[in-house]
Amino acid sequence: MTAIEIAAAPGSRLLHLSRRSPAALVGATILAIILLAAALAPLIAPYDPIAQDVAGRLAPPSTAHWLGTDGFGRDIVSRLIYGTRPTLLIISLVALIMAPLGTAIGIVSGYYGGWVDRVLMRLTDVVMSFPRLILAFAFVAVLGPGLLNAALALALTSWPAYARQARVETQTMRRSDYLAGAEMLGIRGPRLLFGHVLPMVLPLVVVRVALDLAGMVLIAAGLGFLGLGVRPPTAEWGTMVADGTSVIFDDWWVAASPGVCILIASLSFNLLADGLRDLLDPRRG
Amino acid sequence: MAEPLLDVANLTVSFPRDDGTWFDAVKDISLSLGTERVALVGESGSGKTMTARAIMGLVPNPGRVAADRLALDGTDLLALSPRGWARLRGARVGLVLQDPRFALNPLITVGRQVEEPLLLHAHLSHHERRERVLAMLEAVGLPDPRTVHGLYPGELSGGMGQRVMIAATLIAGPQLLIADEPTSALDEALRRQILELLTRLVADQHMGLLLISHDLQQVADFTDRTLVMYRGAIVDAQASAALARSPHPYTHTLWTCRPSAATFGTRLPTLDRAAIEAAT
Repeated sequence: MTAIEIAAAPGSRLLHLSRRSPAALVGATILAIILLAAALAPLIAPYDPIAQDVAGRLAPPSTAHWLGTDGFGRDIVSRLIYGTRPTLLIISLVALIMAPLGTAIGIVSGYYGGWVDRVLMRLTDVVMSFPRLILAFAFVAVLGPGLLNAALALALTSWPAYARQARVETQTMRRSDYLAGAEMLGIRGPRLLFGHVLPMVLPLVVVRVALDLAGMVLIAAGLGFLGLGVRPPTAEWGTMVADGTSVIFDDWWVAASPGVCILIASLSFNLLADGLRDLLDPRRG
Repeated sequence: MAEPLLDVANLTVSFPRDDGTWFDAVKDISLSLGTERVALVGESGSGKTMTARAIMGLVPNPGRVAADRLALDGTDLLALSPRGWARLRGARVGLVLQDPRFALNPLITVGRQVEEPLLLHAHLSHHERRERVLAMLEAVGLPDPRTVHGLYPGELSGGMGQRVMIAATLIAGPQLLIADEPTSALDEALRRQILELLTRLVADQHMGLLLISHDLQQVADFTDRTLVMYRGAIVDAQASAALARSPHPYTHTLWTCRPSAATFGTRLPTLDRAAIEAAT
């Protein structure tokens, strides 16, 4: 019933979350801060993130530059704030592509069964058998580096888990009376699948997206680190870590501060996912 | 009646056995039904539900349906495409399922579930649909339709759930209503209420009713004619009021095997299957 209450009263969602899972509230708060930082970046960033100052390069943390400057004399705090943008853009694009794609394939496969199921599931197996990061590299290598290509690469390699999950859930309810009842009222095709089956599958999809996004933050940063994501001089956390590695023993803050940001962002998604699972899992009611 | 509403001739529903032969769940059934109340009774596994499913075109795979004639108000059901079946179900023939706890989607509100057949089968404005839904909820005897409209099935009692099922089945105005043991999940007091409601609505809307049941007393009280099924075939047909006097041994046993105050302390009769085989 909890899922229903939430759908019925979105205003009380935060209240629920805080009462039932404090960790999730912490995750949601950090995420809200990251979102705000991305939205208000030009207003709150103290410096231009790509303005170079060769005289002040690799300055240690000070009152002028809270987290110091990087190898080009750029303010690291400003770059971290602007760096939220590509990260959030990549993971939201990935979420928007992979979850609907995987869920749709899973529902169709689970509901119709037979040869439809066999074809779709073998396709899923094929994609699943590739290591995700390697396949993403291959995609980016073919399509060229860039934000959109990175997101596409991640999305097209991560949908199989959703397909599997949606398929299993659909199969368990395929013989249920209420789907038979819906059929007896003349409901069929997409209307049945997405009007009647999807609401049952959705809660676990939401939890899985939140869990997956934690990993997506890391993979997006990994692509950036390897120079396959956003192109310089645009600020991006993974690229910033890569920039800092050459001077890590003398000027640790250049690599450490984006690294901590990646950690915190990933952690916040994890905390949020745990809370959502408690809240939305039908078995925990 | 010149043209019966439902006309079934030699309907057979069969399922494959593991050894490749076919098992007939329903064998050569013929029945015709006009604007009247007909009951289909029999023990578990006698093929009542499969007959209903065949009329709805919902025999599960790998079942096979064959008939010389299967027609609803002049439409040949044997020649229907999946799309044609979908247009028929809900709009011209409706089926009320056994247990409302499982037959309503738990994540969709009552209002939407009752409204959906209208979306599919009628062209009405949002406002008109809402009016029709509220009127229908009222007609099936639900108190405070406006509140019920926004509830989820989990928030209803069994009797309310069955009323919602009936509302959803009847809202698009079908000509034939099939009720597959509509009261077996309800308690005794509710059974009469629900059946009185069903028979009243059927009379009001000039529908045909095919009531599937194993409760002979119920059938005798609420229907005009009774067909008795045994092992996939119709073995006896009686006016419902005359069920108690049926000469057929199977019907006779079904009627007399019901426990009552008069039979308290005595052994109830059991089926003499040899005698039935001889009679059929």
